[in-house]
Amino acid sequence: MEWEVVIGLEIHAQLATKSKIFSGSSTAFGSEANTQASLVDLGLPGVLPVFNAEALAMAVKFGCAIGADVNKVSVFDRKNYFYPDSPKGYQTTQLHHPIVGMGAIDITLDDGSTRTINVTRAHLEEDAGKSLHEDFQGMTGIDLNRAGTPLIEIVSEPEMRNAKEAVAYFKKMHSIVTYLGICDGDLSQGSMRCDCNVSLRPKGQEEFGTRTEIKNVNSFRFVEQAINVEIERQRDILEDGGVITQETRLFDANKMETRSMRSKEVANDYRYFPCPDLLPIVIDDDYIAAITDTLPELPDAKKQRFMDEQGLSEYDARVLTATRELATYFEETAEKCGDFKLAANWVMGELSAALNKNEVDIQGCPISSSNLGAMIARIKDDTISGKGAKSVFAALWNLEEGDKKGDDVDALIDSLGLKQVSDSGAIEGIVDDVLANNASQVENYISAEPDKRGKMVGFFVGQVMKASKGSANPGMVNKVLKQKLDEKC
Amino acid sequence: MALDREDVKNIAQLARLELSDEDIGQYQTDLSNILELVEQMNAVNTDDVQPMAHPTDAVQRLRSDVVTETNQREKYMSNAPAQENGLFLVPKVID
Repeated sequence: MEWEVVIGLEIHAQLATKSKIFSGSSTAFGSEANTQASLVDLGLPGVLPVFNAEALAMAVKFGCAIGADVNKVSVFDRKNYFYPDSPKGYQTTQLHHPIVGMGAIDITLDDGSTRTINVTRAHLEEDAGKSLHEDFQGMTGIDLNRAGTPLIEIVSEPEMRNAKEAVAYFKKMHSIVTYLGICDGDLSQGSMRCDCNVSLRPKGQEEFGTRTEIKNVNSFRFVEQAINVEIERQRDILEDGGVITQETRLFDANKMETRSMRSKEVANDYRYFPCPDLLPIVIDDDYIAAITDTLPELPDAKKQRFMDEQGLSEYDARVLTATRELATYFEETAEKCGDFKLAANWVMGELSAALNKNEVDIQGCPISSSNLGAMIARIKDDTISGKGAKSVFAALWNLEEGDKKGDDVDALIDSLGLKQVSDSGAIEGIVDDVLANNASQVENYISAEPDKRGKMVGFFVGQVMKASKGSANPGMVNKVLKQKLDEKC
Repeated sequence: MALDREDVKNIAQLARLELSDEDIGQYQTDLSNILELVEQMNAVNTDDVQPMAHPTDAVQRLRSDVVTETNQREKYMSNAPAQENGLFLVPKVID
């Protein structure tokens, strides 16, 4: 039977506030355990939550960015369950009246085609603490530093049909929240996590099949892998005539499998009710308009601008706008050298390769955008050759921090002796010498069929480059050689 | 609406309360009575009434995003029955 895959994603994004959603504790990552957990975060009796204005602003900003209905009244609810990393006994979240209602984003697939994926809602909630299951006298260790960190949970419609679309959606959300500056987007630190809802149905059937939810997938690659192994698992069961159990599963990247997470002795019953400690959040049109005014240029708009105004290809524009950091770096480089296409070639070519090879991201790039731009400008004005540029690039990459030469690309080019000779008189001199020293090759050239001559020029170019120690401008060398050789024919 | 013994056991499980068999009967009566009281309210016509999230007419006040809490771990942990390396220790739970 032919099956259709149905995927919906729930993305949790930590909001980049300084303090927690309901308390004045710091949200900084990596501090010593429980040093950022206040009485409110610990859920001690008698404390009251007070909502963080910045968390609200960030959630509204997200809503505006995806063209969603921002709800003027939203309400916090309690989701009741017992787990030691949530000492209050409930999670404060938004069930019936989320801050952000229906919106949509466009995703771009590998072949450049785009699809619109609707976003059902996004609501505010608090993160839980962390359970450490290493052996502490046979007990579990609890660190509540993360408890109360503000999150938005972004829920998609079940509109994705394969793992690649799901990854494209996750990447696009990542790009949007980082462009907005509302989330640092650091997946390795859990700043964004993704729950993947997956089900299969016979192609053509309207009704959805039973779904499973793969919890807390924390990388783009894992989202693709987890969904694909889960699709396989469900297909095998269904084709054997079995039924899918609705359950929560965990992805194990080492074993490349998903496995059931909890024994379903008692079905979850969260007994949601409006949080009596928090009043409804009410905002007005002016508030939303003021936030809309602060929206930065978003990836789609930037991509379009790179294509329309700078003539970049769709692919190049998409790659270069994928993250805010890369887009900023590229734009600074391009503006410095004044050539977007050349800048795109260098950023996507040499620079990306070096970043990959050294396993650093663009934030950790040892070459500043200003230096790369300055170097590209020197390629453009023929001061250095493409080959010489690679040496300059390598030298810039390896510059010690604080090295003075780092501030002056021209001085670096000089010190490396890579300045091209573009002076026609000097090049003519070298060409004359080479022709005089290779008289027999010149004879061969003259006696050769005209259509064979083109290839033979290469030999002389090589000799001239060698004689100039690689410093001659190759374009000019070609031109002068052709001219001089043709004069002899 | 009358609750049966299984309902009471389920509610107790959700609240992580241990009930003896004798207790269950008493809770069955008490909780059922509460639900009956609530059911009486269902007789009131609420067609044109917006559900409210809070009994007062007030709206949530916001605080500015400033870190105001300092590290008080030693004090906060002084009541914890078990701790190690700054972590609260709890019975092993893997859900």
